[in-house]
Amino acid sequence: MSIRTAGRGLSPPGLLFAMLGAAALALPFMTLSPNRIVSGQGVAAWAVAAPGIALPGLAAVLAGLVLGLAAAYPKLRLAGALAGLAGLLWLLSQGAAALLDGAGEYARVSPAAGFWCLGLVLMLQVADAMATLRPGPGLRALLLAAFLAVLAAILWSGLLSDLSVMVEYASRARAFRDATLRHLGLAFGSLAAAGVIGFPLGILCHRQATLRGATLPVLSFLQTIPSLAMFGLMIPILGWVGATFPAARAVGIAGIGFAPAFLALVLYSLLPVVANTVAGLASTPPAALEAARGMGMTAGQRLWQVELPLGLPVILAGLRIVLVQNVGLAVIAGLIGGGGYGTFVFQGLNQTATDLILLGALPTVLLALVAAIVMDILVELARRTPETTP
Amino acid sequence: MKWGAILRLVLVLLLLALVLRPGWFTPVFAPLAPAGGPVIYQRSSLLSLSLSHLGLVAAASGAATLIAVTLAVLVTRPAGTAFRPLSRTITNMGQTFPPVAVLALAVPALGFGAGPTLVALFLYGLLPIFENAMTALSTLPPATIEAARGIGLNRWQRLTRVELPLAFPVILAGIRLSVVIALGTATIGSTVAARTLGEVIIAGLLTNNTAFVLQGGLIVGLFAVLIYDALSQLESRVSRRLGR
Amino acid sequence: MIEIDAITKCYDGQPAVDAVSMTVESGTITAIVGTSGSGKTTLLRMINRLVEPSSGEVRINGQSTREEKPHLLRRRIGYAIQGHGLFPHQTVARNIGTVPRLLGWSKDKVRERVDELLRLFSMEPEEFRDRYPAELSGGQQQRVGVARALASRPDLLLMDEPFGALDPIIRTRAQEDLRQIQQKLGSTIMLVTHDMEEAIRLGDRVAVMDGGKLVQYGTPAEIIAEPASDFVAHMVGDVERPLRLLSLLPLGDLVEEGEAEGEPLPAEASLREALSACLWNGKQAVPVERDGKVVGRVTLDAIRARAGHHG
Repeated sequence: MSIRTAGRGLSPPGLLFAMLGAAALALPFMTLSPNRIVSGQGVAAWAVAAPGIALPGLAAVLAGLVLGLAAAYPKLRLAGALAGLAGLLWLLSQGAAALLDGAGEYARVSPAAGFWCLGLVLMLQVADAMATLRPGPGLRALLLAAFLAVLAAILWSGLLSDLSVMVEYASRARAFRDATLRHLGLAFGSLAAAGVIGFPLGILCHRQATLRGATLPVLSFLQTIPSLAMFGLMIPILGWVGATFPAARAVGIAGIGFAPAFLALVLYSLLPVVANTVAGLASTPPAALEAARGMGMTAGQRLWQVELPLGLPVILAGLRIVLVQNVGLAVIAGLIGGGGYGTFVFQGLNQTATDLILLGALPTVLLALVAAIVMDILVELARRTPETTP
Repeated sequence: MKWGAILRLVLVLLLLALVLRPGWFTPVFAPLAPAGGPVIYQRSSLLSLSLSHLGLVAAASGAATLIAVTLAVLVTRPAGTAFRPLSRTITNMGQTFPPVAVLALAVPALGFGAGPTLVALFLYGLLPIFENAMTALSTLPPATIEAARGIGLNRWQRLTRVELPLAFPVILAGIRLSVVIALGTATIGSTVAARTLGEVIIAGLLTNNTAFVLQGGLIVGLFAVLIYDALSQLESRVSRRLGR
Repeated sequence: MIEIDAITKCYDGQPAVDAVSMTVESGTITAIVGTSGSGKTTLLRMINRLVEPSSGEVRINGQSTREEKPHLLRRRIGYAIQGHGLFPHQTVARNIGTVPRLLGWSKDKVRERVDELLRLFSMEPEEFRDRYPAELSGGQQQRVGVARALASRPDLLLMDEPFGALDPIIRTRAQEDLRQIQQKLGSTIMLVTHDMEEAIRLGDRVAVMDGGKLVQYGTPAEIIAEPASDFVAHMVGDVERPLRLLSLLPLGDLVEEGEAEGEPLPAEASLREALSACLWNGKQAVPVERDGKVVGRVTLDAIRARAGHHG
């Protein structure tokens, strides 16, 4: 796993990336279409702009892939990947401006398969180099913050505003902001609700085997129901509640919109929260628990001072599952009028408007990735004390 | 155990009735349908939708299993060591991609219909199986592998007669996870015009017909629960035979 | 003084501990020995009420343990178990300070006590205070476990197979250390073991349990010389009984006038060592010294006679 076992000379993953990257260069890099709906014409990477502009970008991408071959120097591989990504960005921004020049008022340019594949290959190279370098949680947090800052700066600067998806964004900036808030509200709100219900339930289940035996199968049964069916089934239930109890209707509980989506997400979240709380609390070494009891700790002291601190990494891992899962599932809310990024995704699918799909799907993916990375860092921080006794 | 068996039988019969004789349920669903609207979905037969749905899942999961296990075997051989850290990162980060987003992103690349659904199901199904297969193959009891070498099995024999059979229950758990996700994601596939049971639910959502939503939801839910249960049973039977 | 009075524990009507009565003097070590399932651990755990007795009672210095809430009772009884049971997420200092903190000692007082105990167990406070259990060797973990049990100067220290997880060489050292520390502090210790050798080596008194009953309670010499039943005899190990007995008796008892060749043994050494020396050197006797002066000899015949005395 270390650099040494990987051998000197050429890195096998690097070789794979270089070959895939070279193949991806042959694919169309960008698409130019006369308007928003019609499918367009692919343009190769070297043809997106005048050679004087395109060549430096291409050179950076190729250099990045070549640097990725150096097995013994993971930092060089990382730098190469970043240079390659910068090259891609250069080609994309310069290419968009060049292609749009004189292409008509409604013309749209968007990244095509070649761009996505090269981006993916270079991101994998980043991931591979990082897996070898193994940065600690603090450094990882710093790198994530730096990445997000650069991304924000790029979007803010208008470097990519010629791109079709950004044009789409520009015409929906307000709706996008609302969708973001709603999406976050759904994902984090349901996480919080699931925590409020799930932690006490998990602690009770840990204490009582009969309750555990009854609860966990029911929760995993809920988890099995396909999301669209679950969201759909919430509609009649909450519709009935809203219609029957005026008080419920007054706080906004109805068959359509936020409430059914929220409830569905909470139900999906309960299994990971409860199961991981139980598993985390059960991970306390039996001898430590016996000693705690023998020294005169009360049940509450044992829970707060011994079981919870020792179970924290596992409990946080459960929250990671929930958060990532909910960010993704919240998209379905778009189908039942619950808002969030799903609104754009499904509108886009309806209108066969690729850019609208991307406007919904890309932030969702980014949000899920960031949530996963942040939670991974938290889990690792919680694990910091040596937890295994030889 | 006995109650479980009875419950299972009841659910199977309920599912069969819902798919084959939807007409029987008219009185149950009627109060949920809008006044004068259709109660039972009739735009296409529920049986053909179910078969198409299950077919998509089976094809995608079958292909995913084949590729994922092959990759896991390659990565766990000495020659594949260099790919192991990368594989871990990919499985860890890849599974954070929301299935719906993967499906939606497949549309620009592949157009509408069964194609993108199949690709999305396949790609997304790879990861849990690969992860489990990789974990299982790299954490086999060393004594057993040593013994297999000791009695003179060659590498291929060790793989097919010792390593894969021992890893099978864990791989199966990955397949179960992957199939359940695929069943759910295929439902959403009907938004990109794949023929699946999601069609019924979507039709209900679009026409405010709760009867359709409930009908489709029940059928998909029952399929998922029963398939999950069947695979769990198979899994515990296999691991019991291996004495775990 | 600990008085155990007809204490009984029944599980599903079956007695696990059956009307056991015994008195433990303060400042002594009592070893409870028995096979697994003999009820020895249940007996120990009833003393600090980790297991509630079905009937009977325990009095510590005349006060019944039933008069106090169980967790408050446990805070004044030390408890150390097999595999040490240290909290993996807490440093050595925090682990040792657990009970003092529960008792509300001030921070300074806890810190002082922790350092004192670490020094007592020959672990440099500067070096060990902030380590985590996972960073210690098995022997060190065990010492920290015992130090933690002693932290609040308890009236009584209960130990359940405290050396069970240690390898033989470290175990012998740990036993010697415990003996020394007990003598220095004058603590009262009750410890459970399945190892008769350990019981004989450590105990001032040995209690043999079988099938929930106390079958014999006496000094190690009594247990070896006059086993109350075949079971006790078997536990002692019929074949090794003479050797075990000899290992308890000092040379001084059998010194007689006369000369002998070879390296002299101190009078406090055991007859077993003298026997060993005779056999190894092929001599009929070994010289004995007291305060550096040879005072006589012990003959092989005398040892033989002493060992066979009870046969």
